[in-house]
Amino acid sequence: MSLARELAVVRAFLRVGTVGALTYRAEALVWLLSTTMPLIMMAFFGAVAADGAIGRYGEREIVGYFLATFIVRSLTASWISWQINLDIRAGSIASRLLLPAHPLLGYATESVGAMPVRVLGSVVVAAIMLALLGRGAVTGDPVLLGLACVSVTLAWLLSLAVSATIGALAFFVGSSAKVMDAWLAGLFVFSGYLVPLDLFPAAARPWLDWLPFRYQIGLPVELLVGALDRPRAASLMARQLAFVLAAGLTTLVVWRRGLARFSAHGG
Amino acid sequence: MRRYLRLLVAQLRLSLLVAAAYRTDFVVDAVIEVLWTSTVLVPLLVVFGSRAEVAGWSFGEALVVVGFFTLLQALLEGVMNPSFVAVVEHVRRGTFDFVLLLPADALFLVSTGRFHVWRSANVLTALGILIVAFHRLGGPPSASAVALASVLFAASAVMLHAVWTMAMCSVFYAVRTDNLTDVLSAALDASRWPSTVFRGATRFALTFVVPLGLMTTVPARALLGHLDTETCAIALAEAALFALAARAMWRRALGRYASASS
Repeated sequence: MSLARELAVVRAFLRVGTVGALTYRAEALVWLLSTTMPLIMMAFFGAVAADGAIGRYGEREIVGYFLATFIVRSLTASWISWQINLDIRAGSIASRLLLPAHPLLGYATESVGAMPVRVLGSVVVAAIMLALLGRGAVTGDPVLLGLACVSVTLAWLLSLAVSATIGALAFFVGSSAKVMDAWLAGLFVFSGYLVPLDLFPAAARPWLDWLPFRYQIGLPVELLVGALDRPRAASLMARQLAFVLAAGLTTLVVWRRGLARFSAHGG
Repeated sequence: MRRYLRLLVAQLRLSLLVAAAYRTDFVVDAVIEVLWTSTVLVPLLVVFGSRAEVAGWSFGEALVVVGFFTLLQALLEGVMNPSFVAVVEHVRRGTFDFVLLLPADALFLVSTGRFHVWRSANVLTALGILIVAFHRLGGPPSASAVALASVLFAASAVMLHAVWTMAMCSVFYAVRTDNLTDVLSAALDASRWPSTVFRGATRFALTFVVPLGLMTTVPARALLGHLDTETCAIALAEAALFALAARAMWRRALGRYASASS
Protein backbone atom coordinates (compact mmCIF):
# COMPACT_ATOMS: atom_id res chain seq x y z
CA MET A 1 0.00 0.00 0.00
CA SER A 2 1.38 3.42 -0.93
CA LEU A 3 2.16 6.05 1.66
CA ALA A 4 -0.55 8.35 0.29
CA ARG A 5 -3.12 5.58 0.69
CA GLU A 6 -1.91 4.85 4.23
CA LEU A 7 -2.30 8.52 5.09
CA ALA A 8 -5.80 8.60 3.62
CA VAL A 9 -6.76 5.63 5.81
CA VAL A 10 -5.31 7.30 8.92
CA ARG A 11 -7.21 10.51 8.06
CA ALA A 12 -10.42 8.52 7.72
CA PHE A 13 -9.88 6.86 11.13
CA LEU A 14 -9.16 10.27 12.69
CA ARG A 15 -12.38 11.63 11.22
CA VAL A 16 -14.33 8.66 12.60
CA GLY A 17 -12.86 9.29 16.07
CA THR A 18 -13.55 13.03 16.02
CA VAL A 19 -17.08 12.67 14.64
CA GLY A 20 -17.79 9.92 17.19
CA ALA A 21 -16.58 12.14 20.04
CA LEU A 22 -18.61 15.09 18.75
CA THR A 23 -21.75 12.98 18.22
CA TYR A 24 -21.64 11.73 21.78
CA ARG A 25 -20.56 15.05 23.37
CA ALA A 26 -22.45 14.27 26.55
CA GLU A 27 -20.42 11.06 26.92
CA ALA A 28 -17.14 13.00 26.66
CA LEU A 29 -18.41 15.53 29.19
CA VAL A 30 -19.42 12.72 31.54
CA TRP A 31 -15.91 11.26 31.20
CA LEU A 32 -14.37 14.59 32.17
CA LEU A 33 -16.79 14.91 35.08
CA SER A 34 -15.81 11.49 36.35
CA THR A 35 -12.14 12.53 36.58
CA THR A 36 -12.70 13.96 40.04
CA MET A 37 -10.02 12.05 41.90
CA PRO A 38 -7.23 14.67 41.54
CA LEU A 39 -9.61 17.31 42.95
CA ILE A 40 -10.57 15.06 45.88
CA MET A 41 -6.90 14.35 46.58
CA MET A 42 -6.20 18.09 46.28
CA ALA A 43 -8.75 18.76 49.06
CA PHE A 44 -7.21 16.08 51.28
CA PHE A 45 -3.59 17.11 50.80
CA GLY A 46 -4.65 20.78 50.94
CA ALA A 47 -6.00 20.13 54.46
CA VAL A 48 -2.72 18.40 55.35
CA ALA A 49 -0.61 21.27 53.97
CA ALA A 50 -2.75 23.85 55.81
CA ASP A 51 -1.07 22.66 59.04
CA GLY A 52 2.40 23.00 57.48
CA ALA A 53 4.11 21.87 54.29
CA ILE A 54 4.34 18.13 53.67
CA GLY A 55 7.61 17.32 51.93
CA ARG A 56 8.16 20.02 49.32
CA TYR A 57 4.43 20.72 49.09
CA GLY A 58 2.80 23.75 50.69
CA GLU A 59 -0.87 24.54 49.95
CA ARG A 60 0.02 26.31 46.69
CA GLU A 61 2.23 23.46 45.43
CA ILE A 62 -0.47 20.89 46.23
CA VAL A 63 -3.03 22.80 44.12
CA GLY A 64 -0.53 23.02 41.23
CA TYR A 65 0.43 19.34 41.49
CA PHE A 66 -3.12 17.97 41.41
CA LEU A 67 -4.35 20.33 38.67
CA ALA A 68 -1.37 19.19 36.58
CA THR A 69 -2.34 15.59 37.41
CA PHE A 70 -5.85 16.28 36.13
CA ILE A 71 -4.45 17.66 32.86
CA VAL A 72 -2.01 14.78 32.29
CA ARG A 73 -4.63 12.13 33.14
CA SER A 74 -7.14 13.75 30.74
CA LEU A 75 -4.61 13.79 27.92
CA THR A 76 -3.09 10.35 28.40
CA ALA A 77 -5.87 8.01 29.56
CA SER A 78 -6.67 5.21 27.14
CA TRP A 79 -9.82 3.10 27.16
CA ILE A 80 -9.16 0.96 24.09
CA SER A 81 -8.71 -2.20 26.17
CA TRP A 82 -12.47 -2.24 26.81
CA GLN A 83 -13.23 -1.75 23.10
CA ILE A 84 -10.74 -4.45 22.02
CA ASN A 85 -12.04 -6.81 24.71
CA LEU A 86 -15.61 -6.23 23.53
CA ASP A 87 -14.72 -6.59 19.83
CA ILE A 88 -12.90 -9.90 20.44
CA ARG A 89 -15.65 -11.34 22.62
CA ALA A 90 -18.46 -10.25 20.29
CA GLY A 91 -16.54 -11.32 17.16
CA SER A 92 -16.81 -7.84 15.66
CA ILE A 93 -13.02 -7.71 15.45
CA ALA A 94 -13.49 -9.75 12.24
CA SER A 95 -14.89 -6.72 10.43
CA ARG A 96 -11.95 -4.59 11.66
CA LEU A 97 -9.56 -7.16 10.21
CA LEU A 98 -11.12 -6.57 6.79
CA LEU A 99 -10.31 -2.84 6.87
CA PRO A 100 -7.30 -1.67 4.80
CA ALA A 101 -5.20 -0.86 7.89
CA HIS A 102 -3.91 -2.65 10.98
CA PRO A 103 -6.69 -2.83 13.61
CA LEU A 104 -4.32 -1.42 16.25
CA LEU A 105 -3.76 1.64 14.05
CA GLY A 106 -7.54 2.00 13.86
CA TYR A 107 -7.95 1.89 17.64
CA ALA A 108 -5.04 4.33 18.13
CA THR A 109 -6.22 6.90 15.59
CA GLU A 110 -9.81 6.76 16.88
CA SER A 111 -8.37 7.64 20.31
CA VAL A 112 -6.51 10.59 18.77
CA GLY A 113 -9.76 11.68 17.11
CA ALA A 114 -11.40 11.93 20.53
CA MET A 115 -8.52 14.11 21.72
CA PRO A 116 -9.89 17.61 20.82
CA VAL A 117 -12.65 17.26 23.44
CA ARG A 118 -10.12 16.21 26.08
CA VAL A 119 -7.67 18.97 25.10
CA LEU A 120 -10.47 21.51 25.50
CA GLY A 121 -11.19 20.28 29.05
CA SER A 122 -7.46 20.33 29.88
CA VAL A 123 -7.00 23.85 28.51
CA VAL A 124 -9.80 25.08 30.78
CA VAL A 125 -8.15 23.46 33.82
CA ALA A 126 -4.74 24.82 32.79
CA ALA A 127 -6.27 28.31 32.56
CA ILE A 128 -7.73 27.90 36.06
CA MET A 129 -4.33 26.71 37.28
CA LEU A 130 -2.54 29.74 35.87
CA ALA A 131 -5.24 32.12 37.14
CA LEU A 132 -5.05 30.66 40.65
CA LEU A 133 -1.33 30.28 40.97
CA GLY A 134 0.24 32.55 38.36
CA ARG A 135 3.14 31.62 36.12
CA GLY A 136 4.94 29.99 39.02
CA ALA A 137 2.48 27.08 38.79
CA VAL A 138 4.53 25.54 35.98
CA THR A 139 8.27 25.16 35.70
CA GLY A 140 10.18 28.23 34.49
CA ASP A 141 12.86 26.05 32.87
CA PRO A 142 12.13 25.90 29.11
CA VAL A 143 14.05 22.61 28.79
CA LEU A 144 11.91 20.94 31.47
CA LEU A 145 8.78 22.39 29.87
CA GLY A 146 9.80 20.94 26.49
CA LEU A 147 10.58 17.60 28.13
CA ALA A 148 7.16 17.69 29.82
CA CYS A 149 5.47 17.94 26.39
CA VAL A 150 7.52 14.99 25.07
CA SER A 151 6.83 13.06 28.27
CA VAL A 152 3.05 13.57 27.97
CA THR A 153 3.21 12.11 24.46
CA LEU A 154 5.29 9.14 25.66
CA ALA A 155 2.89 8.65 28.59
CA TRP A 156 -0.02 8.53 26.14
CA LEU A 157 1.82 5.99 23.96
CA LEU A 158 2.60 3.87 27.03
CA SER A 159 -1.03 3.96 28.20
CA LEU A 160 -2.16 3.07 24.69
CA ALA A 161 0.26 0.13 24.43
CA VAL A 162 -0.63 -1.19 27.90
CA SER A 163 -4.34 -0.82 27.17
CA ALA A 164 -4.00 -2.57 23.78
CA THR A 165 -1.95 -5.43 25.28
CA ILE A 166 -4.46 -5.99 28.08
CA GLY A 167 -7.35 -5.74 25.61
CA ALA A 168 -5.68 -8.33 23.34
CA LEU A 169 -5.44 -10.75 26.28
CA ALA A 170 -9.13 -11.42 25.52
CA PHE A 171 -7.83 -13.65 22.69
CA PHE A 172 -6.52 -15.99 25.42
CA VAL A 173 -8.90 -15.55 28.38
CA GLY A 174 -12.66 -15.10 28.69
CA SER A 175 -12.47 -11.40 29.51
CA SER A 176 -9.50 -9.10 29.94
CA ALA A 177 -11.52 -6.36 31.64
CA LYS A 178 -10.52 -7.66 35.08
CA VAL A 179 -6.82 -7.47 34.23
CA MET A 180 -7.35 -3.81 33.29
CA ASP A 181 -9.16 -3.24 36.57
CA ALA A 182 -6.22 -4.66 38.54
CA TRP A 183 -3.77 -2.58 36.45
CA LEU A 184 -5.78 0.58 37.14
CA ALA A 185 -5.64 -0.06 40.89
CA GLY A 186 -1.81 -0.27 40.61
CA LEU A 187 -1.73 2.81 38.39
CA PHE A 188 -3.74 4.89 40.84
CA VAL A 189 -1.56 3.98 43.81
CA PHE A 190 1.94 3.94 42.29
CA SER A 191 1.80 6.56 39.51
CA GLY A 192 1.59 9.73 41.57
CA TYR A 193 -2.10 10.09 40.72
CA LEU A 194 -3.24 9.86 44.35
CA VAL A 195 -0.05 10.69 46.25
CA PRO A 196 2.99 12.62 44.95
CA LEU A 197 5.66 9.93 44.68
CA ASP A 198 8.26 11.91 46.65
CA LEU A 199 5.97 11.61 49.71
CA PHE A 200 6.27 7.81 49.75
CA PRO A 201 8.60 6.39 52.44
CA ALA A 202 12.27 6.64 51.39
CA ALA A 203 12.62 2.85 51.29
CA ALA A 204 9.78 2.51 48.74
CA ARG A 205 10.86 5.32 46.37
CA PRO A 206 13.62 3.51 44.41
CA TRP A 207 11.17 0.68 43.61
CA LEU A 208 8.69 3.14 42.10
CA ASP A 209 11.24 4.04 39.37
CA TRP A 210 11.21 0.42 38.19
CA LEU A 211 7.44 0.13 37.88
CA PRO A 212 5.75 1.36 34.67
CA PHE A 213 3.04 3.34 36.47
CA ARG A 214 5.10 6.48 37.18
CA TYR A 215 5.72 6.92 33.45
CA GLN A 216 1.99 6.96 32.66
CA ILE A 217 1.14 9.97 34.87
CA GLY A 218 3.69 10.97 37.52
CA LEU A 219 6.72 11.85 35.39
CA PRO A 220 4.99 14.38 33.08
CA VAL A 221 3.34 15.97 36.13
CA GLU A 222 6.65 16.27 37.99
CA LEU A 223 8.28 17.82 34.90
CA LEU A 224 5.40 20.25 34.46
CA VAL A 225 5.49 21.55 38.04
CA GLY A 226 9.29 21.60 38.16
CA ALA A 227 9.70 18.91 40.82
CA LEU A 228 12.75 17.40 39.06
CA ASP A 229 16.18 18.75 38.13
CA ARG A 230 17.51 18.21 34.61
CA PRO A 231 19.79 15.16 35.23
CA ARG A 232 17.05 13.30 37.15
CA ALA A 233 14.50 14.26 34.47
CA ALA A 234 16.78 12.90 31.71
CA SER A 235 17.36 9.63 33.57
CA LEU A 236 13.63 9.08 34.20
CA MET A 237 12.73 9.97 30.61
CA ALA A 238 15.20 7.39 29.32
CA ARG A 239 13.37 4.81 31.42
CA GLN A 240 10.03 6.08 30.16
CA LEU A 241 11.19 5.61 26.57
CA ALA A 242 12.40 2.08 27.39
CA PHE A 243 8.99 1.24 28.90
CA VAL A 244 7.22 2.62 25.80
CA LEU A 245 9.37 0.47 23.48
CA ALA A 246 8.97 -2.64 25.64
CA ALA A 247 5.21 -2.14 25.93
CA GLY A 248 4.88 -1.54 22.17
CA LEU A 249 6.81 -4.72 21.40
CA THR A 250 4.71 -6.70 23.89
CA THR A 251 1.53 -5.38 22.24
CA LEU A 252 2.63 -6.60 18.82
CA VAL A 253 3.68 -10.05 20.11
CA VAL A 254 0.46 -10.56 22.13
CA TRP A 255 -1.67 -9.30 19.23
CA ARG A 256 -0.02 -11.62 16.67
CA ARG A 257 -0.17 -14.70 18.87
CA GLY A 258 -3.72 -13.89 19.91
CA LEU A 259 -4.90 -13.34 16.35
CA ALA A 260 -3.56 -16.78 15.38
CA ARG A 261 -5.98 -18.27 17.94
CA PHE A 262 -8.96 -16.22 16.78
CA SER A 263 -11.66 -17.96 14.76
CA ALA A 264 -13.79 -15.42 12.93
CA HIS A 265 -17.55 -15.70 12.84
CA GLY A 266 -19.25 -16.33 9.52
CA GLY A 267 -16.11 -17.71 7.88
CA MET B 1 -43.93 -5.07 52.54
CA ARG B 2 -43.56 -8.83 52.98
CA ARG B 3 -44.09 -9.33 49.25
CA TYR B 4 -41.25 -6.91 48.47
CA LEU B 5 -38.98 -8.66 50.94
CA ARG B 6 -39.71 -12.00 49.23
CA LEU B 7 -39.06 -10.35 45.86
CA LEU B 8 -35.73 -8.96 47.11
CA VAL B 9 -34.67 -12.41 48.35
CA ALA B 10 -35.63 -13.94 44.97
CA GLN B 11 -33.63 -11.32 43.01
CA LEU B 12 -30.64 -11.78 45.32
CA ARG B 13 -30.81 -15.59 44.97
CA LEU B 14 -30.80 -15.25 41.18
CA SER B 15 -27.66 -13.09 41.30
CA LEU B 16 -26.03 -15.57 43.71
CA LEU B 17 -26.74 -18.43 41.31
CA VAL B 18 -25.17 -16.48 38.44
CA ALA B 19 -22.11 -15.72 40.61
CA ALA B 20 -21.84 -19.38 41.67
CA ALA B 21 -21.74 -20.43 38.02
CA TYR B 22 -18.51 -18.44 37.55
CA ARG B 23 -16.66 -19.25 40.77
CA THR B 24 -13.16 -18.35 39.53
CA ASP B 25 -14.44 -14.97 38.37
CA PHE B 26 -16.01 -14.50 41.79
CA VAL B 27 -12.66 -15.03 43.56
CA VAL B 28 -10.68 -12.87 41.06
CA ASP B 29 -13.22 -10.06 41.36
CA ALA B 30 -13.16 -10.21 45.15
CA VAL B 31 -9.34 -9.96 45.14
CA ILE B 32 -9.48 -6.95 42.76
CA GLU B 33 -11.97 -5.29 45.12
CA VAL B 34 -9.52 -5.63 47.98
CA LEU B 35 -6.77 -4.16 45.74
CA TRP B 36 -8.94 -1.12 45.09
CA THR B 37 -9.30 -0.57 48.84
CA SER B 38 -5.57 0.17 48.85
CA THR B 39 -6.31 3.33 46.83
CA VAL B 40 -8.00 4.71 49.96
CA LEU B 41 -5.58 3.33 52.51
CA VAL B 42 -2.23 4.24 50.89
CA PRO B 43 -2.77 8.05 50.95
CA LEU B 44 -3.85 7.79 54.61
CA LEU B 45 -0.81 5.70 55.53
CA VAL B 46 1.53 8.11 53.71
CA VAL B 47 0.09 11.22 55.37
CA PHE B 48 -0.35 9.82 58.87
CA GLY B 49 3.20 8.49 58.65
CA SER B 50 4.31 12.09 59.26
CA ARG B 51 1.23 13.68 60.91
CA ALA B 52 -0.78 12.83 64.01
CA GLU B 53 -3.90 14.70 62.85
CA VAL B 54 -5.48 15.96 59.61
CA ALA B 55 -8.32 18.52 59.79
CA GLY B 56 -8.91 17.49 63.41
CA TRP B 57 -9.07 13.72 62.71
CA SER B 58 -6.60 11.15 64.02
CA PHE B 59 -5.60 8.10 61.95
CA GLY B 60 -8.00 5.81 63.82
CA GLU B 61 -10.90 8.25 63.41
CA ALA B 62 -10.18 8.75 59.69
CA LEU B 63 -10.18 4.94 59.32
CA VAL B 64 -13.75 4.85 60.67
CA VAL B 65 -14.78 7.22 57.84
CA VAL B 66 -12.95 4.96 55.35
CA GLY B 67 -14.84 1.96 56.79
CA PHE B 68 -18.21 3.60 56.11
CA PHE B 69 -17.00 4.75 52.68
CA THR B 70 -16.08 1.16 51.77
CA LEU B 71 -19.54 -0.01 52.89
CA LEU B 72 -21.30 2.65 50.78
CA GLN B 73 -19.06 1.82 47.84
CA ALA B 74 -20.07 -1.85 48.13
CA LEU B 75 -23.70 -0.74 48.03
CA LEU B 76 -23.23 1.58 45.03
CA GLU B 77 -21.10 -0.72 42.94
CA GLY B 78 -22.59 -4.02 44.07
CA VAL B 79 -26.28 -3.12 43.86
CA MET B 80 -27.00 0.26 42.36
CA ASN B 81 -24.60 0.55 39.41
CA PRO B 82 -25.26 -2.96 38.00
CA SER B 83 -28.99 -2.22 38.16
CA PHE B 84 -28.37 1.11 36.39
CA VAL B 85 -26.71 -0.71 33.48
CA ALA B 86 -29.67 -3.12 33.37
CA VAL B 87 -32.13 -0.19 33.11
CA VAL B 88 -30.12 1.41 30.28
CA GLU B 89 -30.25 -1.92 28.41
CA HIS B 90 -33.99 -2.26 29.02
CA VAL B 91 -34.75 1.25 27.74
CA ARG B 92 -32.52 0.86 24.67
CA ARG B 93 -34.00 -2.49 23.70
CA GLY B 94 -37.55 -1.49 24.55
CA THR B 95 -37.86 -4.34 27.07
CA PHE B 96 -38.56 -1.83 29.83
CA ASP B 97 -42.23 -2.46 28.95
CA PHE B 98 -41.99 -5.82 30.69
CA VAL B 99 -40.72 -4.19 33.89
CA LEU B 100 -43.60 -1.71 33.87
CA LEU B 101 -46.12 -4.49 33.32
CA LEU B 102 -45.01 -6.47 36.39
CA PRO B 103 -47.30 -6.19 39.44
CA ALA B 104 -44.70 -4.43 41.62
CA ASP B 105 -43.24 -0.95 42.01
CA ALA B 106 -41.02 -0.25 38.95
CA LEU B 107 -38.42 1.70 40.96
CA PHE B 108 -38.07 -1.20 43.41
CA LEU B 109 -37.71 -3.68 40.55
CA VAL B 110 -35.03 -1.69 38.73
CA SER B 111 -33.18 -0.92 41.97
CA THR B 112 -32.84 -4.62 42.78
CA GLY B 113 -32.56 -5.91 39.23
CA ARG B 114 -28.95 -7.04 39.29
CA PHE B 115 -26.41 -7.61 42.07
CA HIS B 116 -22.66 -8.03 41.74
CA VAL B 117 -22.26 -10.43 44.60
CA TRP B 118 -18.43 -10.28 44.74
CA ARG B 119 -18.69 -6.69 45.93
CA SER B 120 -19.79 -8.22 49.24
CA ALA B 121 -16.03 -8.76 49.76
CA ASN B 122 -15.98 -5.01 50.36
CA VAL B 123 -18.37 -5.43 53.30
CA LEU B 124 -15.85 -7.76 54.95
CA THR B 125 -13.02 -5.33 54.13
CA ALA B 126 -15.04 -2.50 55.69
CA LEU B 127 -15.67 -4.49 58.85
CA GLY B 128 -11.94 -5.29 59.00
CA ILE B 129 -11.09 -1.58 58.67
CA LEU B 130 -13.57 -0.66 61.44
CA ILE B 131 -12.13 -3.32 63.76
CA VAL B 132 -8.55 -2.05 63.16
CA ALA B 133 -9.75 1.54 63.66
CA PHE B 134 -11.32 0.86 67.06
CA HIS B 135 -8.36 -1.27 68.09
CA ARG B 136 -6.16 1.81 67.48
CA LEU B 137 -8.64 4.04 69.27
CA GLY B 138 -8.37 1.88 72.36
CA GLY B 139 -11.69 0.03 72.58
CA PRO B 140 -15.00 -0.83 70.91
CA PRO B 141 -17.82 1.74 70.50
CA SER B 142 -20.78 1.71 72.90
CA ALA B 143 -23.99 -0.14 71.96
CA SER B 144 -25.95 3.12 71.70
CA ALA B 145 -23.28 4.57 69.36
CA VAL B 146 -23.54 1.46 67.15
CA ALA B 147 -27.35 1.78 67.05
CA LEU B 148 -27.27 5.50 66.16
CA ALA B 149 -24.53 4.94 63.56
CA SER B 150 -26.60 2.13 61.98
CA VAL B 151 -29.66 4.40 61.67
CA LEU B 152 -27.56 7.19 60.16
CA PHE B 153 -25.83 4.79 57.78
CA ALA B 154 -29.28 3.62 56.62
CA ALA B 155 -30.15 7.31 56.05
CA SER B 156 -26.94 7.67 54.00
CA ALA B 157 -27.92 4.63 51.93
CA VAL B 158 -31.36 6.18 51.29
CA MET B 159 -29.68 9.45 50.24
CA LEU B 160 -27.28 7.64 47.91
CA HIS B 161 -30.18 5.71 46.38
CA ALA B 162 -32.00 9.01 45.83
CA VAL B 163 -29.01 10.54 44.03
CA TRP B 164 -28.71 7.32 42.00
CA THR B 165 -32.40 7.46 41.06
CA MET B 166 -32.08 11.09 39.92
CA ALA B 167 -29.11 10.12 37.72
CA MET B 168 -31.05 7.16 36.35
CA CYS B 169 -33.86 9.46 35.20
CA SER B 170 -31.44 10.74 32.52
CA VAL B 171 -31.84 7.37 30.75
CA PHE B 172 -35.22 8.56 29.51
CA TYR B 173 -33.78 11.78 28.07
CA ALA B 174 -30.35 10.85 26.59
CA VAL B 175 -29.07 7.79 24.71
CA ARG B 176 -25.61 7.04 26.03
CA THR B 177 -25.70 7.41 29.78
CA ASP B 178 -24.04 4.12 30.81
CA ASN B 179 -20.95 5.93 32.02
CA LEU B 180 -23.00 8.06 34.42
CA THR B 181 -22.25 5.15 36.78
CA ASP B 182 -18.62 6.32 36.61
CA VAL B 183 -19.71 9.83 37.59
CA LEU B 184 -21.69 8.43 40.52
CA SER B 185 -18.68 6.41 41.69
CA ALA B 186 -16.42 9.44 41.19
CA ALA B 187 -18.84 11.65 43.14
CA LEU B 188 -18.97 9.13 45.98
CA ASP B 189 -15.18 9.32 46.14
CA ALA B 190 -15.65 12.76 47.74
CA SER B 191 -16.93 10.98 50.83
CA ARG B 192 -13.75 8.93 51.34
CA TRP B 193 -12.31 11.62 53.61
CA PRO B 194 -13.83 13.33 56.68
CA SER B 195 -15.96 16.24 55.45
CA THR B 196 -13.80 18.75 57.36
CA VAL B 197 -10.96 18.37 54.82
CA PHE B 198 -13.12 20.28 52.34
CA ARG B 199 -13.27 24.04 52.69
CA GLY B 200 -15.29 27.01 51.46
CA ALA B 201 -17.82 26.50 48.66
CA THR B 202 -16.88 22.82 48.19
CA ARG B 203 -17.72 22.10 51.82
CA PHE B 204 -21.06 23.92 51.53
CA ALA B 205 -21.92 22.02 48.30
CA LEU B 206 -20.94 18.65 49.79
CA THR B 207 -23.01 19.34 52.91
CA PHE B 208 -26.18 20.95 51.58
CA VAL B 209 -26.41 20.65 47.76
CA VAL B 210 -25.29 17.03 47.25
CA PRO B 211 -24.64 15.90 50.81
CA LEU B 212 -21.90 13.42 49.93
CA GLY B 213 -19.77 14.82 52.72
CA LEU B 214 -22.36 13.79 55.30
CA MET B 215 -22.87 10.24 54.05
CA THR B 216 -19.78 8.81 55.70
CA THR B 217 -18.71 11.49 58.17
CA VAL B 218 -22.03 11.60 60.05
CA PRO B 219 -22.30 7.83 60.76
CA ALA B 220 -18.57 7.84 61.61
CA ARG B 221 -19.00 10.66 64.12
CA ALA B 222 -22.01 8.83 65.59
CA LEU B 223 -19.95 5.66 66.01
CA LEU B 224 -17.15 7.67 67.62
CA GLY B 225 -19.68 9.28 69.98
CA HIS B 226 -18.96 12.81 68.68
CA LEU B 227 -22.26 13.63 66.98
CA ASP B 228 -24.47 16.55 68.06
CA THR B 229 -28.28 16.37 67.83
CA GLU B 230 -28.50 19.18 65.28
CA THR B 231 -26.28 17.45 62.69
CA CYS B 232 -28.13 14.19 63.32
CA ALA B 233 -31.49 15.89 62.60
CA ILE B 234 -30.13 17.62 59.47
CA ALA B 235 -28.82 14.29 58.09
CA LEU B 236 -32.15 12.51 58.65
CA ALA B 237 -34.18 15.41 57.20
CA GLU B 238 -31.92 15.59 54.12
CA ALA B 239 -32.30 11.85 53.52
CA ALA B 240 -36.11 12.14 53.65
CA LEU B 241 -36.11 15.21 51.40
CA PHE B 242 -33.85 13.59 48.82
CA ALA B 243 -35.93 10.39 48.80
CA LEU B 244 -39.14 12.37 48.14
CA ALA B 245 -37.52 14.50 45.42
CA ALA B 246 -36.07 11.42 43.71
CA ARG B 247 -39.44 9.65 43.71
CA ALA B 248 -41.11 12.72 42.14
CA MET B 249 -38.38 12.99 39.50
CA TRP B 250 -38.65 9.28 38.67
CA ARG B 251 -42.42 9.58 38.10
CA ARG B 252 -41.89 12.56 35.81
CA ALA B 253 -39.12 10.81 33.87
CA LEU B 254 -41.26 7.68 33.40
CA GLY B 255 -43.72 9.87 31.51
CA ARG B 256 -41.01 10.38 28.86
CA TYR B 257 -40.62 6.67 28.17
CA ALA B 258 -41.83 5.82 24.67
CA SER B 259 -42.73 2.15 24.75
CA ALA B 260 -41.17 -0.02 22.04
CA SER B 261 -44.51 -1.67 21.34
CA SER B 262 -46.51 1.48 20.73
